[in-house]
Amino acid sequence: MAQDHSTAFVRTQEIPPAPPPPGETGAVHWIKTNLISSVPNAIATAVGIYVVYWLLSGLIPWIVNGTWVTNNIRECREVLAGSGGGCFSVLTERYAQMLFGFEYPSEFYWRPSLAFALLFFAVPPALFPMYLPRWMLIATGLYPFVAFWLIWGGTILTPIGALAGVMVGYYAFTKLDKYGFAAALGGGVVGAWVVWQAFGMIAGGMPGFIALEAVESRNMGGFMLNMILGVVCVSLSIPLGIVLALGRQSSMPLIKIVCVVFIEFVRGVPLITLLFVANVVLAYFFPPDSNIDLILRVIIMITMFSAAYIAEVIRGGLAALPTGQYEAADSLGLNYAQAMRLIILPQALKISIPGIVNVAVGLFKDTTLVSVISMFDLVGMIRGPILSSTDWAGVYWETWAFACILFFVVCFGISKYSQWLEGQLRTDRH
Amino acid sequence: MKKTLFLGALAATTLAASGAFASTLDEVKARGTLNCGVTTGVPGFAEPDANGVWQGFDVAVCRAVAAAVLGDGNAVTFVPTTGKTRFTALASGEIDLLARNTTWTFSRDTDLKFEFVGVNYYDGQGFMVPKDLGVSSATELDGATVCIQTGTTTELNLADFFRSNNISYEPVPIETGSEAVQQYLAGACDVYTTDRSALAAQRANFETPDAHVLLPDVVSKEPLGPLVRHGDNEWGDIARWTLNALITAEELGVTSANLDAESGNPEVNRLLGREGDLGAMIGLDAEWAKRALAVGGNYGEIFASNIGSETPIGLARGLNAQWKDGGLLYSPPFR
Repeated sequence: MAQDHSTAFVRTQEIPPAPPPPGETGAVHWIKTNLISSVPNAIATAVGIYVVYWLLSGLIPWIVNGTWVTNNIRECREVLAGSGGGCFSVLTERYAQMLFGFEYPSEFYWRPSLAFALLFFAVPPALFPMYLPRWMLIATGLYPFVAFWLIWGGTILTPIGALAGVMVGYYAFTKLDKYGFAAALGGGVVGAWVVWQAFGMIAGGMPGFIALEAVESRNMGGFMLNMILGVVCVSLSIPLGIVLALGRQSSMPLIKIVCVVFIEFVRGVPLITLLFVANVVLAYFFPPDSNIDLILRVIIMITMFSAAYIAEVIRGGLAALPTGQYEAADSLGLNYAQAMRLIILPQALKISIPGIVNVAVGLFKDTTLVSVISMFDLVGMIRGPILSSTDWAGVYWETWAFACILFFVVCFGISKYSQWLEGQLRTDRH
Repeated sequence: MKKTLFLGALAATTLAASGAFASTLDEVKARGTLNCGVTTGVPGFAEPDANGVWQGFDVAVCRAVAAAVLGDGNAVTFVPTTGKTRFTALASGEIDLLARNTTWTFSRDTDLKFEFVGVNYYDGQGFMVPKDLGVSSATELDGATVCIQTGTTTELNLADFFRSNNISYEPVPIETGSEAVQQYLAGACDVYTTDRSALAAQRANFETPDAHVLLPDVVSKEPLGPLVRHGDNEWGDIARWTLNALITAEELGVTSANLDAESGNPEVNRLLGREGDLGAMIGLDAEWAKRALAVGGNYGEIFASNIGSETPIGLARGLNAQWKDGGLLYSPPFR
């Protein structure tokens, strides 16, 4: 009877999972473990709750009791009568000035608004190439010319001429590519220049041909100016930064020296000095009537500045690649341009994304510095004409909160996009 | 190629330099608008309204000059300047006239090579304190913290005043006027000092203006006026006499309402171009002053509509009354 006591009971299936004992689950448990697990933790929780209460007790009445319909701060004070509400009337009366500046003709507000709306069709093909067909990149390519025409106005021949010049230049570049990079680049530049000159003469002769009413650069302002500077400078400085980063690694001493000097000089100078140079000092060198457009001067300076930073970020990406990658490209018989385009840059840029986005967000916020050279961007509008007006002097919180929201939305959007893109391009783990 | 570029740039610079000697009047007429430098915003003196139209006491000077020269008070391109960019804008020829409550000082007149064409507002530095502080004179401010804008003459005047009275103070440096007010109201300093006109204007916008007082002490002279570049005296004359025309018109009782009325006063007739040929002497037509007056009226009307006691700014005439009324406004005669 040896087997009898060995197999009295054999379990043939697992015990079903029992519910956790009471007190170890649910909201009560979560509060116990996370908020009041120990005395210091409980104190921290109490302080935190008090801070949140304190903030909300000010913020909620400020928003709920706020007034949106008065004509100036004195009326605001009468209406609010110490209820703690905000004087949001400044936004209803001046929001157009904050968005477009005070000199952009109000009957043309639809033009920059349309340009802004089109941005949402032009940018996705470049930012989400994996989801959208390639031909949609045409919209991206056309956008700068359409937006320029909408915002600045003038004859449609100007942007068409600029576009034709770019296309001729690109065509010449591809045709001459087999004779070497330098010849192709030279041919492209000459071709574009010839077309631009020709169209410049035609546009000068027919200023009224399908023309929108022209708006001068000095009349641009508000958040529109920040967006123009931000979008243009970011999109120009990334390619320029790539070129500078590659130039800095070049084995040709002249190119290397030029790039190093440029990067180190621009990085060694505060942006604000470059802007002062653009605004004040350059005016001494041009005859009074032949002023180069102020926005153009500012765009050049900001682009140079951020290109130098982006170049250094990309150089970090290039340095992170093992030498094996370069050698692999060489062993495949790829020339320099092919090796860079197909092997090196895709990896280096992927590494550099957080850095590039960091520079781009910083650059977008730095565009507010133009308020110092008396351009009326969003910050300039608030600091100058709005806070110094008889009607709205003293409405700080409402105006600055509005500016914060606008900038936060854009910068947070850029940041979220970059996180998503990093996830998309992650090839080393799944 | 590089050399040609350089020579071209050199030629352009020379052209620019010689351009300064060409007549500003001819340039303005050819351009069709007056480029006038103003502030980026000082309540009552220069501020764009909700429609983006510049309004204010300094702006009125620009409009008067434009009306005298071009016949249209709206033919002005306003160029907003900051305290840092205003002088280079004028020196480089970007603007023809700077009307930006700028203090007339020795060094600005001589060393910076500008010509002040007169004074449109006599100001002086004052102090504002909360009433609770119980102070009745600036000499009682020993040991006080003082909010002050950096880089202005007020900073230097303050140091002079406290040193000459042998009392101590602690400065709280601040960048702009609106930030200074915010700091003062938040209690970051006991005293806020700047030009008295600005103090009064800012106090008018406080939630409780009565809780703050302006001390009677005036520690500096701040004659604020429009200015032009050295080197074109004819243009300077036009700006100077347009300002004088506004002041004289008030003295003689000429307002925007009675410009067309007959007058037995020969000086009124000379001013309005009915007698003599004063306009031709400064290269303009006979009715230049009449047009300048038609824009915003005489000095008194401009003062009253922009910064006078009926406006939220609420400034009294004080030093800026006519000499007959005990003020400092005293225009040379039109003869």
